[in-house]
Amino acid sequence: MESCYCIEPQWPADELLMKYQYISDFFIALAYFSIPLELIYFVKKSAVFPYRWVLVQFGAFIVLCGATHLINLWTFTVHSRTVAIVMTTAKVLTAAVSCATALMLVHIIPDLLSVQTRELFLKNKAAELDREMGLIRTQEETGRHVRMLTHEIRSTLDRHTILQTTLVELGRTLALEECALWMPTRTGLELQLSYTLHQQNPVGYTVPIHLPVINQVFSSSHAVKISPNCPVARLRPAGKYVPGEVVAVRVPLLHLSNFQINDWPELSTKRYALMVLMLPADSARQWHVYELELVEVVADQVAVALSHAAILEESMRARELLMEQNVALDLARREAETAIRARNDFLAVMNHEMRTPMHVIIALSSLLQETELTPEQRLMVETILKSSNLLATLINDVLDLSSLEDGSLQLELETFNLYAVFREVLNLIEPVASVKRLHVSLNLAPDLPEYAIGDEKRLMQTILNVVSNAVKFSMEGSISITAFVAKSESLRDSRAPEFYPVPSDNHFYLRVQVKDSGSGISPQDIHKLFTKFAQTQSTATRNSGGSGLGLAICKRFVNLMEGHIWIESEGLGKGCTAIFIVKLGIPGCLNESKLPIMPRMSTTIHSQIAFPGLKVLVMDENGVSRMVTKGLLVHLGCDVTMVSSSDECLRVVSHEHKVVLIDVCVPGIDGYETAMRIHEKFTKHHERPLIVALTGNTDKVINENCMKVGMDGIVLKPVSLDKMRSVLSDLLEHQVLFEAI
Amino acid sequence: MDVLQLQKQFVDYRASLYHEGFLDEQFTQLQELQDENNPDFVVEVVSLFFEDSERLLNELTKALEQQSIDFKRVDAHVHQLKGSSSSIGAQRVQKVCIAFRNYCEEQNIEGCLKCLQQVKHEYSLVKTKFETMFQLEQQILTAGGSIPV
Repeated sequence: MESCYCIEPQWPADELLMKYQYISDFFIALAYFSIPLELIYFVKKSAVFPYRWVLVQFGAFIVLCGATHLINLWTFTVHSRTVAIVMTTAKVLTAAVSCATALMLVHIIPDLLSVQTRELFLKNKAAELDREMGLIRTQEETGRHVRMLTHEIRSTLDRHTILQTTLVELGRTLALEECALWMPTRTGLELQLSYTLHQQNPVGYTVPIHLPVINQVFSSSHAVKISPNCPVARLRPAGKYVPGEVVAVRVPLLHLSNFQINDWPELSTKRYALMVLMLPADSARQWHVYELELVEVVADQVAVALSHAAILEESMRARELLMEQNVALDLARREAETAIRARNDFLAVMNHEMRTPMHVIIALSSLLQETELTPEQRLMVETILKSSNLLATLINDVLDLSSLEDGSLQLELETFNLYAVFREVLNLIEPVASVKRLHVSLNLAPDLPEYAIGDEKRLMQTILNVVSNAVKFSMEGSISITAFVAKSESLRDSRAPEFYPVPSDNHFYLRVQVKDSGSGISPQDIHKLFTKFAQTQSTATRNSGGSGLGLAICKRFVNLMEGHIWIESEGLGKGCTAIFIVKLGIPGCLNESKLPIMPRMSTTIHSQIAFPGLKVLVMDENGVSRMVTKGLLVHLGCDVTMVSSSDECLRVVSHEHKVVLIDVCVPGIDGYETAMRIHEKFTKHHERPLIVALTGNTDKVINENCMKVGMDGIVLKPVSLDKMRSVLSDLLEHQVLFEAI
Repeated sequence: MDVLQLQKQFVDYRASLYHEGFLDEQFTQLQELQDENNPDFVVEVVSLFFEDSERLLNELTKALEQQSIDFKRVDAHVHQLKGSSSSIGAQRVQKVCIAFRNYCEEQNIEGCLKCLQQVKHEYSLVKTKFETMFQLEQQILTAGGSIPV
């Protein structure tokens, strides 16, 4: 067949070029077909791909392009019209899809780009979170370290261990090169290197405390970065390395006296120790904030631990001191007790031993006096008698005083003649007074009763003592003794403000004044007068003998008699007046005096037993027998309530009543029912009063009935005083009583 | 008469009362209850007894005069009288009361009336005795002596 000349190739056909074009088109088509296949394959593999339909479009576009190029292969040679149509269709389609795709891409590409941005953003965020996590972890680590450190620090109360542990643990935790603690010296002017981690420097190295860098650290509660060259930080010999950063923190040293309750101590004493921490040299490490915080916390903990240790030391010391004191006191007490016992033994022995010979002497001398004697002999015997009486008095005084001190002395009260006492005193003192040419006068007030109740012997002793003192200390002049009944105005004396006499019907206050014109006493010595064995110092009186006990004993006697004794003097050489007031009973009163006279004995010994204040409720309809029972109980000291009916009884009865006496023989009033209702009323056993039945006859029935209703006892009427007494005492003792006949 | 004589008279009189059975141990008990806190105890109790007894006797008389005698009431009164007299120690009165009660239980009207008479008689006797005794006591006290126990 001849070639068609309708369409003539414009250019001369070049075989090689044609061939290359042919091959290229083929490959293009191949590629264009395979790309979508690849896309599909990979997209299928991937989980998520948001733009599927874009892919489809793209795929279509490529496929069509490929188809176009493929079909182009046939157009190199003469081709039929079908091929031309197919080619045209393919091209048209391709054009359409390409335009669509192009339009689509305008939307898609920005989206894709923004995805990229978001991805970048998220990556940044993730990195940031990672960083923060790292920080938190570090902080937690730090916290753990602090806790551990604290635990270590607090686990001991020994100061040295605390400090050493702190340094060691800190060094470990923070990976420090060196760690040191500087403590203030006693003088407070220097800081001494006390502890180091590695013991590089000799301990004992001191640094003055007022360096500016130290002040800077002390004035802040935070850890402060300091220069490695400052004296406190020069812990390592200078070398060719770059020293690591150094931080210093203050450690407050708290004293026991700093602690106020509810008030954290203001750090007024400002005693601090210095802790210096050095990072490893030649490392690029910096002090992080959390590390500084850790250091500050630890410093505080150390302060607390140290103060605890200090407190503990104090309290241990105090305790030891107390124990020693305790032991010493105990010893002293035992010694005192031994001494007292020894004294009592001595007195007991002496009491007997001394009195016996004394007694013999006095007795025999007085007997001797009765016999025939020459005047000289009589005089001698009298002197012997007088001296031995004096000695006996002295012995008695000493023994009395000791028994007075023990508080074991009791006044012997009896009715005696008051006037006679004064006369006797006068008689006794006359001879001595006349020898000294002293005039003694006695004035007894007319209203002074002739008889009184009191301790005659001791009263006489007191008066005698006072009067003989007056005589003793007077060289000349006169002694006047006045006695009268003290009225209330004169009872109170400005000199005796503690003396509150209470006049009453059965007593009167006897006031005796003995005035002398002797040497007097200076006011400052007055208070000494009544002290045992103390005497005023004037030499004149020294020779007059006496043991100095007299006034002390008088004072005690007077106190026993509920009175008061004192001495007034205007000064040396102006004489003095001794005044005492004592309480005496008036005899012949119907009521018992308040002085401890034994109570009137009743006929039976048992009447001493009584039931004071025992609340008893008596239920009895019969007026007379009620009155008799009441009289019985009142006589025994009970507090009696009378009721005459069951209702009244139940109304009145309360837990205060300890015993209820019910007459069960009264017809019309059921005593048993009353008892039962009392039981119901008091459910608690200890509150319930004891119920006793009073009955006129005892037969078994009554007995049983009583027991059935829960009565605690039966008493047969008529009741005698003794029977009632024994009933009550049995009842109260045993809480039950069956039966008292 | 001087105090000592009065006192002797008193003691004798009192002894006779015991002897004749007018008073018994209970009265002694009463006397023991009298002390300075309760100086007139005996007199008070005895006075109360008089009042009470007179009232009871009146009641008894009235009750026994009824057409239909309420023996329960009578018994109650007699019981009261018995109680009072035994509390005082008026022995003879008490004894009659016991008999009286028995009659009441038997519902024996005759017996009751008889007992009532007896009780009244005994009561007036013992009342007189008490009054005399108290008079003697008063005389002693006026004379300045004290009552012998």
